[in-house]
Amino acid sequence: MGKISMPKGAPSIDMTPMVDLAFLLVTFFMLSANFRENEPVTVATPSSISDKEVPQKHLIMVTVSQDGLVYFNATGNKTREVLLNNMCAKYKVALTKEQQEEFLKMSSVGTPMKGLSKYLSMNSQERSKLKWGIPTDSTQGPNELRDWINFAHAASLKEGQADYEDASSKTTDKLEVNDYKPKFVLKVDGKAEYARAKVVIEVFRDLNINNLNFVTSLEQKPTIKA
Amino acid sequence: MAEISDSGGGGHKKGGKKRAKKNSTKVDMTPMVDLAFLLLTFFVLTSTFSKPKVMSLVYPAKPDDTEKIDETQRINNAITFLVSQDKIFYYEGEFYAPGNAKGKPTTVLLETTFGPQGVRKLLTEKNKLVLGEKAKLDARLANKEIKQEEYEKLLNKAKADKYALKVLIKTDTKATCKNFIDLVDELKINSIGVVAPVDLMQSELNLMEAKTK
Repeated sequence: MGKISMPKGAPSIDMTPMVDLAFLLVTFFMLSANFRENEPVTVATPSSISDKEVPQKHLIMVTVSQDGLVYFNATGNKTREVLLNNMCAKYKVALTKEQQEEFLKMSSVGTPMKGLSKYLSMNSQERSKLKWGIPTDSTQGPNELRDWINFAHAASLKEGQADYEDASSKTTDKLEVNDYKPKFVLKVDGKAEYARAKVVIEVFRDLNINNLNFVTSLEQKPTIKA
Repeated sequence: MAEISDSGGGGHKKGGKKRAKKNSTKVDMTPMVDLAFLLLTFFVLTSTFSKPKVMSLVYPAKPDDTEKIDETQRINNAITFLVSQDKIFYYEGEFYAPGNAKGKPTTVLLETTFGPQGVRKLLTEKNKLVLGEKAKLDARLANKEIKQEEYEKLLNKAKADKYALKVLIKTDTKATCKNFIDLVDELKINSIGVVAPVDLMQSELNLMEAKTK
């Protein structure tokens, strides 16, 4: 009878392919991941068939939460800096250096101007508990949302212009000027009252901004037979 | 790979030559693999692939104060939707309030639903002209007779046609954003070019309230 010879030493598996694959996947997910910005409020957007993506640059976004609170956000560091300076000058709000830096780092803001200093000193958890929002009613003091949008529009146009010239000098291709113009995005919660969103829309329309984009999640496009 | 190397190499054999100890060149990769999988799990769980989309909507420009707005907007082949909370009504053509000066019978509001059987079916029926045009263009695009740019140009032209359906949207205070966006979405599905969200008139509100009761 032949003896079964047992292999000497510890059994070993060559793990190299597995490790290769693991790292490949890690790299893929790392590069494809885009992190969600830390918004002060979660908004469940309605769905539509539109497959246009949210623009990443030169974006001016107003969020209307389920309770009808209004938040404002604008992208671009230069835009935010100019915007903050203009807003602080208009409403005579003094901010410390740290607070200004905090404003540049964060995403949406939802506070009346007189509470801005306090708002910027909080952490994001404290902020999400607040029910402040930006005042949009011009009967009780100034319409602050209008100023936010107006100043951001001007600053974003300028930054877009600079970006366009910068990009044009680097390439010989003809660039689309419209890509560098500010885009106005409205993010509304599905359960929010339309009347609240309408107030915001009216602010935009008062400023002669008529092309608005609603943030929606994608749904299947149905086939239509004529 | 990940085994514990116990046979370290040639030791000192009696009378043998002195050999340098053969160290295993193998590195224990287990911690690295652990880390790799940890990261992998993290990224798999946190990454979101469905980026949010935007639906653009062009509002009509605000009329100047000098321009007077007609109470009864004179628009041919228009359909007006009145939206309340999860309820939707519509009428076609002009609106005639009860006891109007022209002596026309009062407009009757018809109720429909947000689903595919309601608004979508209705609009498909009403907007046959543009949809038929679109189907023709789709076929030409599929056969590569026309290019994408030309297709879009022709489609926009068809949508802006004089006889194409135009839609007015009016909302009351109870309507939610979802109702509004659902309706606009249905309009987009049915390729309606002219959409105008406008203010609700008091007489329309009264009719709508009478209906919802």
